[in-house]
Amino acid sequence: MIERALTGDRRYWGWIAALLGVITVGSLFYLRQLTVGLTITGLSRDVTWGFYIAQFTFMVGVAASAVMVVLPYYLHDFKAFGRIAILGEFLAIGSAAVCGLFILVDLGQPARVFNMFLHPSPRSILFWDSVVLTGYLLLNAVIAHQTLKAEDQGTAVPAWVKPVIYLSIPWAISIHTVTAFIYQGLAARPYWMTAILAPRFLASAFASGPALLILICLLLRRTTRFDPGEKAVQKLATIVTYAMLVNLFFVLMEVFTAVYSGIPEHMAHFQYLFLGLGGHAELVPWMWAGLVLAVVALAILLRPSVRSQARWLAVACGAVVVSVWIEKGLGMVVAGFNPSPLGHVTRYWPTAPEVLIGLGVYGIGALVVTILYKTALSVRGEVA
Amino acid sequence: MAVNRRRFFQLTGATALGVASSQVLPAASEERSPGPARPADKPLVGQRWAMAIDVGKCREEEDCRDCIAACDKAHNVPHFDNKKDEVKWIWKEPFEEALQNQSSQFQAERLRHAHVLVFCNHCDNPPCTKVCPTQATWKRDDGVVMMDWHRCIGCRYCVAGCPYGSRSFNWRDPRPHIDELNPEFPTRTRGVVEKCNFCEERLARGEQPACVVACKEKALIFGDLEDPESEIRKVLRERPSVRRKVALGTQPQIFYLL
Repeated sequence: MIERALTGDRRYWGWIAALLGVITVGSLFYLRQLTVGLTITGLSRDVTWGFYIAQFTFMVGVAASAVMVVLPYYLHDFKAFGRIAILGEFLAIGSAAVCGLFILVDLGQPARVFNMFLHPSPRSILFWDSVVLTGYLLLNAVIAHQTLKAEDQGTAVPAWVKPVIYLSIPWAISIHTVTAFIYQGLAARPYWMTAILAPRFLASAFASGPALLILICLLLRRTTRFDPGEKAVQKLATIVTYAMLVNLFFVLMEVFTAVYSGIPEHMAHFQYLFLGLGGHAELVPWMWAGLVLAVVALAILLRPSVRSQARWLAVACGAVVVSVWIEKGLGMVVAGFNPSPLGHVTRYWPTAPEVLIGLGVYGIGALVVTILYKTALSVRGEVA
Repeated sequence: MAVNRRRFFQLTGATALGVASSQVLPAASEERSPGPARPADKPLVGQRWAMAIDVGKCREEEDCRDCIAACDKAHNVPHFDNKKDEVKWIWKEPFEEALQNQSSQFQAERLRHAHVLVFCNHCDNPPCTKVCPTQATWKRDDGVVMMDWHRCIGCRYCVAGCPYGSRSFNWRDPRPHIDELNPEFPTRTRGVVEKCNFCEERLARGEQPACVVACKEKALIFGDLEDPESEIRKVLRERPSVRRKVALGTQPQIFYLL
């Protein structure tokens, strides 16, 4: 089946070439990081995680959000998702691969990464996260492969796939929960040590992931003969709306608890993010922009008459993705380190090589998703 | 104090080694250490190593950095021109930052304006070892929190997990930035985490930690908390002391004498 990704029109190959270009640039800078060290990033002694780990966190959410398509389709037999279920699963595969790569590029000694499996440490959440992420990638690969093969050959999906699909539903929840546990179990970092972190991660994931899927569907509808179906898109939009509302609610819960209790070490991180602290306010305009985008998105999404227009829906979904990305892919990780346990605030801003390496990783993810989508659409005879 | 099987072997093994090395290899050990200061090669054995720091004494010599210099030299700690790549094992922090919940604006001048030494607390319940995905950092039976620089994958989860900011990462190759190379201690490579090791290499040779020896004021007291007769137990009995962030349950083993 996959050989169908090897044929395509000029536009398809142009897109592939562009992705390969981005990947090449990222790889060259990664070679530099390998030889010189992580000093080429904006990270420092006090802010030891940044752009890479934040992208990892954001993309775990996108990977997990496939469950928002899989669950209604397979568990509730919501037929309208029949055409997009496989897109969700393939997006999950690409995202899970991106997550693994972001962990890898963040390592100081990537050649030793297999020490995680040579010396497994069940007490470390990072160990469990690598287990659940690998498992999730495999589950989705098996499910998507089997369903697509059946479609290609005009046969029924083998019976044993059904329980695998059911297993993938709680598994999706687990990947983002365990990812939140990486952070929320650390007594050292009051900003992360909150029981609502995992629920918050899931809420923002179920907003941003389906929003991204809607954007992809709208794009495919314009560029190919694929039609996700209006009912499916609108149902996804409803999911985005609820998830975004819940996400905003959770954020306000956090702010209230920190500010009203007035415990300095809990408040300080919010001060750093939204007001600036110790003369450092790099993230302040971004955080406010993220908040404004969230409100704008909800203003559109909450009115069914507006969100049913493709153009407005695209604006709203773009706003959701960017808003959640700012909160998770930029603010969340850095705010945990500022102020430091010794009360210091250290400037962090990703460097150009860091961003280009990150884009290279995203490029690999996009390439994987492109190849898988091309295969799926070719099987259904829906390419341009 | 119960002596279990393991402890018995530790004690007898150490004694046997000490005897063996002094009898069988007298020439070799004489060649290596001509000075009289080294008490044979008998290791210091303890059940719970800890340190007490006399904040007042340390404060009297505000500009003194003898302990820091001794540690950096002993452990090949690099020095960089920029703060971004910084690696440090032991350093001074303002009192109100290092001992946040113990400070008040009405405190005696000598405390409020003091800069106190901070380094790895060698916690009895270390949060850093728990998070390590490769067991590259672990707590020894005698309480020393260790690092294996050959196993560390450089994920920096332990740095995020330490509530004291005691761990450093090698953002670049540290070797060109070592002032004076000590051939008796390993240098590190880029991409691994490091921190104070309670001078486990010196304990194995029967010596007190480098910072303790370097302090002219004798402001640092190192010893075994399980030994009721030890100097550290005596000083902790007699004087009020505080520790950093005890509420977190990490059980830090560095005591600050007020």
